[in-house]
Amino acid sequence: MIGLTHYLVVSAALFSLGIMAVLARKNAVNVLMGVELILNSANLNLVAFSRYSAANLSGQIFAIFIIVIAAAEAAVALAIVLSMYRLVKSVNLDKADTLKG
Amino acid sequence: MDQSLIAQIVFYFFAAITVVSAGIVVFSRGLIYSAFGLLFTFFGVAALYVYLGADFLAATQMVIYVGGILVLLLFGVMLTHKLYDLNLKSETFQFLPALLVMLSVFLTLVGVLLRTHWYNGGQRTPAPTTAAIGELFMKEYILPFEIASIFLLVALIGAALIVRRRPE
Repeated sequence: MIGLTHYLVVSAALFSLGIMAVLARKNAVNVLMGVELILNSANLNLVAFSRYSAANLSGQIFAIFIIVIAAAEAAVALAIVLSMYRLVKSVNLDKADTLKG
Repeated sequence: MDQSLIAQIVFYFFAAITVVSAGIVVFSRGLIYSAFGLLFTFFGVAALYVYLGADFLAATQMVIYVGGILVLLLFGVMLTHKLYDLNLKSETFQFLPALLVMLSVFLTLVGVLLRTHWYNGGQRTPAPTTAAIGELFMKEYILPFEIASIFLLVALIGAALIVRRRPE
């Protein structure tokens, strides 16, 4: 029988893969993909709890708000990446060290 | 074959698609491969939403993530690389420490959530959720709903302002 724990394990796998992308990739766009993975895992958790632990829809409402925030985050972050590309001609995160003393 | 076995097979199939393509996103060398891995991850998560009885959310996931955010990310890939540069590589660094952190996070989470006794408030019977969600947004969650819409507007205007070419 598929229960709550199955979904939580899938979500934990997505979350840790997202952490890996954020920590280990050099390309800024790829780091953004990792952040999207993390947000998706949070959403999966909320929807699973809304199905199994609470008998109402509040978890799904929260998931919709997270999707809204993810959309805004993607737009702003890509704007920052593009202007960084214009400034240092690279999206390699190691190259963004202008503020380093 | 009885019904619950089929249900299990379908669940494991979609879970495998989700996790394997998330692995492709993280571990593949080419950026385009990562983007397409992300596409299949979003599809897999949408399928899991359907499985959880969240039909409206699954449709939203398809429209916003696949149709919006993924296209935005692909734009980001294309705009920040020269188009004739076919081998769009993304290097990794600190690979081993990051792998260690990833594994410890994963094992800690799984250990905790397998050991926890989760509260079971009764299962919701699967039913169409769209009308109920719309009603909740218009009644109980009207203030967060309006704030989210303002927030989205501000974020989009801000993004356009950041990438605007400034007059020299």
